[in-house]
Amino acid sequence: MSATAVHSLWTTAATAAGPISKIETPKIEYGQLSPTLIVVGAAIIGVLVEAFVPRKSRYYAQLFVSAVALVAAFAAVIALAAGGYGTTKAHIAAMGAIAVDGPSLFLQGTILLTALVGLFTFAERRLDPQAHGNRVDSFAAQAASVPGSDSEKAAVKAGFTTTEVFPLLLFAVSGMLVFPSANDLLTLFVALEVFSLPLYLLCALARRKRLMSQEAAVKYFLLGAFASAFTLFGIALLYGYAGSMSYATIAQVVDGRVTSVDPALAGTMGNDALLLVGVALLAMGLLFKVGAVPFHMWTPDVYQGAPTPVTGFMAAATKVAAFGALLRLLYVVLPGLRWDWRPVMWGVAIITMLGGAIVAITQTDIKRLLAYSSIAHAGFILAGVIATTPDGVSSVLFYLGAYSFVTIGAFAVVTLVRDAGGEATHLSKWAGLGRRSPLVAAVFAVFLLAFAGIPLTSGFAGKFAVFRAAAEGGAAPLVVVGVISSAIAAFFYIRVIVLMFFSEPKPEGPTVAVPSPLTMTAIAVGVAVTLVLGVAPQYFLDLASQAGVFVR
Amino acid sequence: MENLIALLIAAPLLGAAVLLVGGRRLDAVGHWIGTVLAAASFAVGVVLFTDLLGRSAQDRTLTQHLYSWIPVEGFQADVAFRLDQLSMTFVLLITGVGSLIHLYSIGYMEHDERRRRFFGYLNLFLAAMLLLVLADNYLLLYVGWEGVGLASYLLIGFWQHKPSAATAAKKAFLVNRVGDMGLSIAIMLMFTTFGTFAFGPVLGSQEHPGLAGDATGGKLTAIALMLLLAACGKSAQVPLQSWLGDAMEGPTPVSALIHAATMVTAGVYLIVRSAAIFNGSPDAQLVVTVVGAVTLLFGAIVGCAKDDIKKALAGSTMSQIGYMVLAAGLGPIGYVFAIMHLVTHGFFKAGLFLGAGSVMHGMNDEVDMRKYGGLRKYMPVTFATFSLGYLAIIGFPGLSGFFSKDKIIEAAFAKGGTEGWILGGAALLGAAVTAFYMTRVMLMTFFGEKRWQPDEHGHEPHPHESPRSMTIPMIVLAFGSVFAGGLFSIGDRFLNWLEPVTGHAEGDSPLSPMAVTLITTALLVVGVALAYAQYGRRPVPVVAPRGSLLTRAARRDLYQDDFNHVVLVRGGEHLTRSLVYVDHTLVDGVVNGTAASVGGLSGRLRRLQNGFARSYAVSMFGGAALLVAATLLMRAV
Repeated sequence: MSATAVHSLWTTAATAAGPISKIETPKIEYGQLSPTLIVVGAAIIGVLVEAFVPRKSRYYAQLFVSAVALVAAFAAVIALAAGGYGTTKAHIAAMGAIAVDGPSLFLQGTILLTALVGLFTFAERRLDPQAHGNRVDSFAAQAASVPGSDSEKAAVKAGFTTTEVFPLLLFAVSGMLVFPSANDLLTLFVALEVFSLPLYLLCALARRKRLMSQEAAVKYFLLGAFASAFTLFGIALLYGYAGSMSYATIAQVVDGRVTSVDPALAGTMGNDALLLVGVALLAMGLLFKVGAVPFHMWTPDVYQGAPTPVTGFMAAATKVAAFGALLRLLYVVLPGLRWDWRPVMWGVAIITMLGGAIVAITQTDIKRLLAYSSIAHAGFILAGVIATTPDGVSSVLFYLGAYSFVTIGAFAVVTLVRDAGGEATHLSKWAGLGRRSPLVAAVFAVFLLAFAGIPLTSGFAGKFAVFRAAAEGGAAPLVVVGVISSAIAAFFYIRVIVLMFFSEPKPEGPTVAVPSPLTMTAIAVGVAVTLVLGVAPQYFLDLASQAGVFVR
Repeated sequence: MENLIALLIAAPLLGAAVLLVGGRRLDAVGHWIGTVLAAASFAVGVVLFTDLLGRSAQDRTLTQHLYSWIPVEGFQADVAFRLDQLSMTFVLLITGVGSLIHLYSIGYMEHDERRRRFFGYLNLFLAAMLLLVLADNYLLLYVGWEGVGLASYLLIGFWQHKPSAATAAKKAFLVNRVGDMGLSIAIMLMFTTFGTFAFGPVLGSQEHPGLAGDATGGKLTAIALMLLLAACGKSAQVPLQSWLGDAMEGPTPVSALIHAATMVTAGVYLIVRSAAIFNGSPDAQLVVTVVGAVTLLFGAIVGCAKDDIKKALAGSTMSQIGYMVLAAGLGPIGYVFAIMHLVTHGFFKAGLFLGAGSVMHGMNDEVDMRKYGGLRKYMPVTFATFSLGYLAIIGFPGLSGFFSKDKIIEAAFAKGGTEGWILGGAALLGAAVTAFYMTRVMLMTFFGEKRWQPDEHGHEPHPHESPRSMTIPMIVLAFGSVFAGGLFSIGDRFLNWLEPVTGHAEGDSPLSPMAVTLITTALLVVGVALAYAQYGRRPVPVVAPRGSLLTRAARRDLYQDDFNHVVLVRGGEHLTRSLVYVDHTLVDGVVNGTAASVGGLSGRLRRLQNGFARSYAVSMFGGAALLVAATLLMRAV
């Protein structure tokens, strides 16, 4: 862009704005944005708690604030949905920045519930052995201390805990709430960064295996920043193409319904090359977040290194938020471009399904195994996204709800199986777990069966819904690939079950720690949702299909 | 009145449930519960019978719709019952003979500690058999069909501690499965052809032919042949006859009730009930008559060589059912007589089996007739009732078998043409052989020298008359054996009763009825004389002589088991072995090969995940480039 072009951009913008007296005050619908506002407010209170509340009481204060905030936000979502904002009164709030509609509310509700369950696992303090008489959680005593240094030992001895994880969690949640409801590209990007940055930090905070945790965090941060750069570049190109950040305007330009060309952008507006490259780069940023192949490589390393409660929360909620944003982008902004992006997404979905399932076969660490499993699932969900029908939207919504509870429950179970070095995540150590702790093994088996998509679990209902939507949307070959990858994936899920129940336990195998009611609740909620959605999915499918209409 | 029909089934079903669920605490009274409920079912049957008699001949079909069993769009199956003259006949036979045999079993099974369970199974059988004959559609009939198969399996193997009984039960079950497949295929064909399998629409009535009456051609023949296969399995007809002889391992009352009087005649019921289907397919009818004729000779020959009294009677049962199937295959000229012979046979064969059971009861459960002899003095009631049954089955003029069998032989000739001569000839020959083997049984058991042997524990047998609970049923059945035929035939009572359901046609026999009667009687005398010459005038050796080629073959059931073993068992083994080979090499090869290659691929792809953030970034960059390129390419294409 030459200097004159920049100049003309500035002058035209200035003349268009007119006299200063005409600037309108922005109209913000606080009520409709209340879920996000509550969470942001609570996060800020959490920061204040860190500053002013005595160290001993912080844990309880933080837990209280976070739980109340999440419950209140969820109540606000329910109130909005009951008030018809999911259907008839759906509209675009905050001067076009945020959409309040069915998918938004459904996904926000899912994220908030997932976050609540995740909060319980964050707050678990009975699994790790007490450090010098202090109850500790999964997080580092003092994040700033160098692993293995004297200051770390001192922090452990003093019984420090990183209670900052709670406001970090809330900040991440607030970003995730905005992400799927963002209705312009700038809001989208800001939300992306708001939820990503706390997650980078959380990943680095493991109490045990800190080096691995920090390595994971650095990788996640570097690669995330890299992906953000692509996203931002894509956004810039799209602005150049459409002359607007607003989803609605971009969609109109794509459809050719806008004839007036902004003179400042006369050189670029309507240039399809900009559009296509921009869309590809923007999509790449979102595909990175959902962990689609070939942008998935951070997933196993980060899932393995991050503290397991963070992994569980991240695996569940990030996927929900990112797929929400992807759905809105593809369905609201780019329906006119579907003949261009669908074939590309086909390819991504196929290699994601197959790649995730195939590489998972040779994994030996349960957290890495679940990471590859999440990649394969991202592929399955993409198949539903590609359907480009209302059924596609609702099936993806249902799948996300079902999947997030299975995931968070499964990772919660992983936190229970421990040996002297903390969590025993190597698969060989899980041999014979079913003999030693039949209940825990059985619960984990339920989650694995749900991942595999066995009937009577939510995994089956979800997979059936997306595959049906994909088939009816004209993507039958994709369904065939999906079923094949499901078969491959079933192998490694069932292998873990076989390992747990039909192998001899090792003499020095791990023990199953008895958790506090917090983790028990998290796991119980996971199992309950998995079975209820599996046995009686119809109500929730109906709910998802009611919520499946985007406001434009 | 219709509402009573369900009660017929409910009474024994309740008995089965109470006896089998009730457990040991009912041991003391279980047999009475079972007997009373069987009798109650009979009483309901009698009430319904009198009601039917009070109606006009055209108005004797009662239906009861209990509930919709499988209400699916385009596929309706109801639990509904049909009581007409045909099923009424069966109801009275089943519940009447069934009640008598319950009574008999009280004495017969007195020393068996599992007597309560035995009565539970008997009640279960009654319920299933009544369901079979009362069902108003083929699917419900199938439930009863399987139910009697189950009861039969449980009762043949009742003495499960004997390996022979367990094996016999399994054999009966397996062979019956073949027939059951036939029935299920027939029902499926019926559904695809007619869109329904309810009796009303498929079979219609005399005045209004049903769907089967309109249809012709290959499908109808296929349905008929599949029904015949089912009948062959249940009624022990060639080629599915092999299980009946072994089924005699069950307690004798079971042999009398299930394997002589009722269940084995279910095949005949099926054919006669499906008359509308068979009438439309002369080819299938020809096959039915051939099966009947072959079986009646097969069973008779086998019966001649057996030394085991129950197996001799089993051969006879097979042969007599052969007569019924032959008659049923003749079409409208034979249906009524098939059923009439079925009923009279129910009386005399049940009586004969009960007599045999009574003899065994007095002889330490010995079944080898070569170790009997001279028993008439020791068991006068058994001797008298057995004799009457004997006279009835060989067709002694004036007794039941005489009337019913003569009619079948006449009808076989009336078929006309060469077929008529062949079928009639076979039936006549069968009558002569029947006289021979039954006289043989009679002479070896009740006449001649005592050939008693101590049993394996060294106990000398002390033959004695059986208790009253056993003799009373035998006496009642003997009355039936003597008078039923006359009662049915004089004034064509049975014909007039059944004709509205099955239809009837007079055949054009080349021989006059009188000629047939004379020839039959003459052959009867020949058969008896031959038997007397061999077993009456000469002493019977305790150890069986080697015998002629035919005798040896007949002793081995004409090599039926060897045939099955060589053709089916060995053939099946070869087939499975080759399938296992294909499975191991081809299928497993493909599966394992796929698994191995996926695993190998996984191992290689895994190496891409090398842990370096720079490699990951390159992968992302490459992916982004690909994504952009692909998006642009899509537009270019």
